[in-house]
Amino acid sequence: MSTTQEHLPAVPEGDEPIPNPGLPAHQWRPTDVDTRAEKRAERQVAALFGVATLALVGFFVSYFVFQVGDNWDTIAGFGASNVMLGGTLAIAFICIGVGLIHWARKLMTDHEIVELRHPASSSEKDRTETVGMVMQGIDDSGIARRPLVRNSLLGALGLVGLAPILMLRDLGPLPGDKLYHTIWKPGMRVVRDVVYTPIKVSDLEIGDLVNCEPEALANGGPDGEPLEGVELQIAKSKGAVILLRMEPDDITPWKGRENWSVQGIVAFSKICTHVGCPISLNERTTHHLLCPCHQSTFDLADNGKVIFGPAARPLPQLPIEVDDEGYLVAQSDFTEPVGPSFWERG
Amino acid sequence: MSIDTSKVADTNATTPAKASKPNPVGAAAGWADDRLGLATAMKKQVRKVFPDHWSFMLGEIALWSFIVLLLTGVFLTLWFTPSMGETTYEGSYNQLRGIQMSEAYASTLNISFDVRGGLLMRQMHHWAAMLFVAAMMVHLLRVFFTGAHRKPRELNWVIGCLLLILGTLEGFTGYSLPDDLLSGTGIRAADGFIKATPVVGTYMSFFLFGGEFPGEAIIPRLFTVHVLLIPGILLALVGAHMLLLVYHKHTQWPGPGRTEQNVVGYPLLPIYAAKAGGFFFVVFGVIALMGALLSINPVWKFGPYDPSKVTAGSQPDWYMGWPDGALRIMPGIETHIWGTTWSWNVLLPIQVLPMVMFTLLLFLPFIESWITGDKRDHHILQRPRNAPTRTATMVALMTAYGLFWAAGGNDIIAIKLHLSINHITYFMRLMVFLGPVIAFWITRRWCISLQRHDNDMLLHGYESGIIMRSADGGYSERHLPLSESRAYTLTARGRDEVFTPGTGVDENGVAARGGRLDKVRGKLSALMYADNVQKPTRAELEEARHHAEHEHALQAGLDHPASGHEFDDHALRTAEDVPLRGAHGETAGAGSGSTSGGAGGQHDDTDEQPGH
Repeated sequence: MSTTQEHLPAVPEGDEPIPNPGLPAHQWRPTDVDTRAEKRAERQVAALFGVATLALVGFFVSYFVFQVGDNWDTIAGFGASNVMLGGTLAIAFICIGVGLIHWARKLMTDHEIVELRHPASSSEKDRTETVGMVMQGIDDSGIARRPLVRNSLLGALGLVGLAPILMLRDLGPLPGDKLYHTIWKPGMRVVRDVVYTPIKVSDLEIGDLVNCEPEALANGGPDGEPLEGVELQIAKSKGAVILLRMEPDDITPWKGRENWSVQGIVAFSKICTHVGCPISLNERTTHHLLCPCHQSTFDLADNGKVIFGPAARPLPQLPIEVDDEGYLVAQSDFTEPVGPSFWERG
Repeated sequence: MSIDTSKVADTNATTPAKASKPNPVGAAAGWADDRLGLATAMKKQVRKVFPDHWSFMLGEIALWSFIVLLLTGVFLTLWFTPSMGETTYEGSYNQLRGIQMSEAYASTLNISFDVRGGLLMRQMHHWAAMLFVAAMMVHLLRVFFTGAHRKPRELNWVIGCLLLILGTLEGFTGYSLPDDLLSGTGIRAADGFIKATPVVGTYMSFFLFGGEFPGEAIIPRLFTVHVLLIPGILLALVGAHMLLLVYHKHTQWPGPGRTEQNVVGYPLLPIYAAKAGGFFFVVFGVIALMGALLSINPVWKFGPYDPSKVTAGSQPDWYMGWPDGALRIMPGIETHIWGTTWSWNVLLPIQVLPMVMFTLLLFLPFIESWITGDKRDHHILQRPRNAPTRTATMVALMTAYGLFWAAGGNDIIAIKLHLSINHITYFMRLMVFLGPVIAFWITRRWCISLQRHDNDMLLHGYESGIIMRSADGGYSERHLPLSESRAYTLTARGRDEVFTPGTGVDENGVAARGGRLDKVRGKLSALMYADNVQKPTRAELEEARHHAEHEHALQAGLDHPASGHEFDDHALRTAEDVPLRGAHGETAGAGSGSTSGGAGGQHDDTDEQPGH
């Protein structure tokens, strides 16, 4: 097939095993030839539209009769409004739709008709003419003859493209070193989340796990105001930790971490190093902690090492000790960034 | 049976039966036409022909769900507050009253519990979104399996793919808006994905969130993207998709009277207007029913977002499930080099893999037409079996998708089936590579077998289910010829031609340009076509027919002639209803049984009812 014919539809080859028999004869439907069938179909369609009307009336009534809200004392109780409004609306719409389709299938003329296709492409003549006119237009503008005008315009347009990108600069501040620090400070108490009560060693039995927060969330800590709003959320999203008490002999600390635990109690960041979900599933007998989002599993007896799943980095450990009153406090901030990896982290 | 059809309207002609009398509608139309020239614009469209087939309805489901999304979405914006500002909930849902939460979450609760019909609209909106994406996917499969993506419709395929990815993003931005615990977890994971981007990840994260996660900018920003930016693009692309559909005219299945040059079907007005319009109401109604009866995204049970909390079994909406599955089964590989971090464990599954899959999807029609070298327009659809390699390719992609998707629920599978999550994960790591290969191979061979079956039917007739016993006690099944229209429909497909690369050198002995590429193309073309079963030629059909007649002649003298119609209503029907090909009147009573004593290979082809 030559290139000039490419736009033509595929033509059946000469050696077709069976010639096209042509459109089959039209078949009359019962509703075409039997008046009773026709009337029956007509009644069915009208009945469907009638039901739709009734259902819509039901919808209006339901709107006023059934109450919304968390209230079981209203008619038919909580959720009745939703079911009735949706149910009547569904009946109305389905009846209208089925009625229309039934009408089309049974009562509208059902003769198939044939339309000829046309190639999607323009005619060769139109192509030539249009290309000619475009060339004429370009020629008239003189853009080819005036490179100075063209190039200066291109330069200007290039900078125009940069302007909106520059405008996006104030979407947010630069990261700086924010990801490297959390609100934890030396001496800050580890408190239970929600209730913010400090914790003593004796509060925990072997195998206990407690979800904790830095005390600063509640009262600003030793120095500062109580946090609220965005600051609170950010501090929470990085500062959440998990306390777990195990047999002190089970812990196999890395070099330099020997004194990061207190009588078998360890504190680890709650934020998964994979993509940042708070980790919360503890297997009591093994000291394994499982992230419910993507199932990364960390061994808290072995420095938060990844033992399964897609996470690549161990959970950061928070060094803890006991203060004068016997409560658990942080020795320092985390010694590495918490949460998911990022480019600059190294 | 004689039928009086004289009083029945029997025309779908393009000219009205009679000129309409002057009336107010006509006057209004005239007023509009004087100003807009509507008559000329609509002349060709009012009676535009659409072919009929159930599978053409799948795209319609997507279109109508999108309309439902627009309608319910506008309703929701009237009450939703896209703000992360803190507030104390004082609405009517008892269990959360007095709790600190964002205004976005509070207003979502307000829509659910204090606006009449609000919960219905929320649930309909969410169900419609699921249906929208699902229908787009199934529609995409239909288009690809039937070859409707071929020239001249490749660009509409591209638009469709863009609609799919934008629809998915629209879904993600939408279910992130309520700022409940589940959606917040999703946003946090998204922050992790962004941070994994080489070089600019941290900056992108800080710009997107207006500072450190979670900040207070993300919900208002996602809101703008969700209600303005993406819907605007979606609407424009849906419009372009429809315009191209109208311009190209719909594809049609092969059949008697249907050719590459025509389109056979029913006119837009009234048949398709009523059917498609009616179908909109049905889709709307079904979504309303789902909204009424099926609870979806009950955010009041999840509670407000708290960055230190998460629930077990956290999963995104189903259409985001497959990259999440890839993320779950990816081994934890990270490279640290020159003070930089390459988080392959996040980058590969969540950024690279979806982009690769999507790019592949986008280019499928172009890859195919490059391999086949087919530059012709195609308006007649192909049955999936008649393009075995193409069908197998899509089934392999579907298998990969399905396995990734299942991996996205590995925790749920582990709990429900009491399996080890580790073992499921290891299994999935292997299967996402092996599964598609197995699926490709099975599908391809299956298609080719079906092609062979089609040829058997053409040459030897269909299996009548009537078992014949021959004089010497052998059993065989009687085969009857296909009707003319069915036989034609089966043969209405092209013959595949394997592309043979040239010698790779031109006449001067110099390596031709693109020679190596041509070789690759030749190999792929052979993979695509070489094993396919081609339809029989006219000579082969004649030969088979001749053979069958010969067989009948041999069997004509048997003692107990049987036509194969002893147990059906064949004798009650008129001759026109039984379109038997050939052999009419040539063999008097048909013989019974087979000479080969029950071996399945022998078939009777034509026969005729004694007494015709």
